Amino acid sequence: MEAFTTHTGKLALLNRANVDTDQIIPKQFLKSIRRTGFGENLFYDWRYLPDGKPNPDFPLNQPRFKGASILVVRNNFGCGSSREHAVWAIHQAGFKTVIAPKVEREGATIPGFADIFRSNAGKNGLLTVELTEAEVEEIFQMTERTPGLTATVDLDEQRVVLKLDEEIAFHFEIDPAVKEHLVHGRDPIGVTLTQEAKITAFEQRHNSQMKRS
Amino acid sequence: MGKTLFEKIWQRHAVTELPDGTTLLYIDRHLIHEVTSPQAFEGLRLTKRKVRRPELTVATMDHNVPTADRMNIQDPISKAQIEALEKNCKEFGVTLYDLTSDKQGIVHIIGPELGLTLPGLTIVCGDSHTSTHGAFGTLAFGIGTSEVEHVLATQCLTQKKPKTFRVLFEGKLPHRVTPKDMILKLIGTIGTAGGTGHVLEYAGEGIRSLSMEGRMTICNMSIEAGARAGMIAPDQTTFNYIAEGKRPFAPQGAAFEKAVTFWKSLPSDPDALFDRRLTIDCGMIAPQITWGTNPGMVMDVTGVIPAPGQIPGMSATDVEQALAYMGLKPGTRLTDLKLDKVFIGSCTNARITDLRSAAKILKGRKIAKSVYVMVVPGSQQVKKQAEVEGLDQIFKESGADWRESGCSMCLGMNPDQLKPGERCASTSNRNFEGRQGKGGRTHLVSPEMAAAAAIEGHFVDIRSWR
Repeated sequence: MEAFTTHTGKLALLNRANVDTDQIIPKQFLKSIRRTGFGENLFYDWRYLPDGKPNPDFPLNQPRFKGASILVVRNNFGCGSSREHAVWAIHQAGFKTVIAPKVEREGATIPGFADIFRSNAGKNGLLTVELTEAEVEEIFQMTERTPGLTATVDLDEQRVVLKLDEEIAFHFEIDPAVKEHLVHGRDPIGVTLTQEAKITAFEQRHNSQMKRS
Repeated sequence: MGKTLFEKIWQRHAVTELPDGTTLLYIDRHLIHEVTSPQAFEGLRLTKRKVRRPELTVATMDHNVPTADRMNIQDPISKAQIEALEKNCKEFGVTLYDLTSDKQGIVHIIGPELGLTLPGLTIVCGDSHTSTHGAFGTLAFGIGTSEVEHVLATQCLTQKKPKTFRVLFEGKLPHRVTPKDMILKLIGTIGTAGGTGHVLEYAGEGIRSLSMEGRMTICNMSIEAGARAGMIAPDQTTFNYIAEGKRPFAPQGAAFEKAVTFWKSLPSDPDALFDRRLTIDCGMIAPQITWGTNPGMVMDVTGVIPAPGQIPGMSATDVEQALAYMGLKPGTRLTDLKLDKVFIGSCTNARITDLRSAAKILKGRKIAKSVYVMVVPGSQQVKKQAEVEGLDQIFKESGADWRESGCSMCLGMNPDQLKPGERCASTSNRNFEGRQGKGGRTHLVSPEMAAAAAIEGHFVDIRSWR
């Protein structure tokens, strides 16, 4: 897996909440048996008009976000289907980080990312950053106001820094296990296989109730 | 202090606690289908790894399968994916129920049918609706392709322990209100991210009185509330389901009796603590219809399309975007919505009891001329049973199309799709934009509501209908 330590790049905004993985990469692209080639079909139904031409109204098609590598979205990004193709599509389209807000509303918490998406992202070197609603709103406003705005995402320091005349920094929390894997770009299977002796010992005492009659 | 059902299963499967705070969790059953597995097998080949426990791994093909002529797949890319699964299962020694098998079907329907799904186990599959199997008191959740490869290679997953959330359904359901309405009501109440980071446990009289099929419908849509897993404590209903029929992987005879003793130890202890709790009064649940573009955008059948800014917890922008896609105007009554298609099927509602419920409504009646209705059994076994009972005849005589088993129009990875602008009453699980076909407009409902809507050509309140 590609390691993630620090990344500086241009910000792009997608002002939508609850973006599901069917939107990120529609079903017709899941028929591939390869792990590559998904980037050009990211957000396909929004990104292209029925005649196949790019939809000029879709933010990521606009010149202001061309070449962006940090995607800023609203809450509950990546909900729905478990398809890892969604993460592959985002990563292969050139994004290294997705930033989404954790929203507190009427006593309830709406996370920035759905569970399976977040888990899949961590296994592909795509960093998911969760900030507060006010912080993400500030990034939206600053990015709208400042053409070509870039940011540095520093995983070690757990900071997102907006590159303005006067830099604005946001601290983020991250699961230490996910951070460790990303920083070192580890192969999770290889790590688990170091526990081989424990797995074998477990199998000797555990009953999986598998018997075919 | 007592333990929850989830905690008991988690502890039983913890191989070791890792220094980073995660747990190495052992997986008892790994279910595989053609869409999310090819890259995982390819990963094994590249790293020269094997499937650690092929006998705990079972595969079928469901997403790409045409439901008209299943042996004749026209789409070459779909065909290649199906063939890749055949090749991979053969090479790595995994049991496959292919298109020629009488046991083929939607992976979450055949698991329980075959007795692969048993209380107290851990089950994973590269599909978010794996939560279905939790209906048996099983810890079951969906995973991505990297995790599929991980389980193939190690029979384990590295997981952070989720929190627990108990949902108590008290009281009895009103006439013709169904498990689908219960779960949609819950999702409408807590939102599509309300269960994120949690394992849901459904309990209470409203759950205990349900059949296994009804319980599976509820657990199936746990992911639509953001929860990777939903669970129900095993009881006599569960044991009876496992004992009946021909379930080749279920324990038999003395082994069954011994298993029941263990299964009876699984329910949450009375003093077990949950991180969150919620109570829903079944008596207050009405038939539910989704109006928007996620399952949390749902209301009672008696409702009217909301105006942006009217719904607590939903931004005006979210509602505007949803209404624009759905082609709906605020103030329109749900029962005035005219339908083009009706889909009865999917891992949510394509079991035999679902088909019986729909057939009961359709029997001796004709489907509205303006509506096309597709009935897709969840598996070959469901199809066979339905035909033994004559349900297929009821569907055909009413004007519906009776198909072969598969995921069908739930996600349209096969020829079954909505056309742009078509409005569909669907018994499936997701009303996302484009889910059933680009530009298609999906309203999620129960099989009974879908069948009645098919006859009238628009939604009706099933409680007072005929």
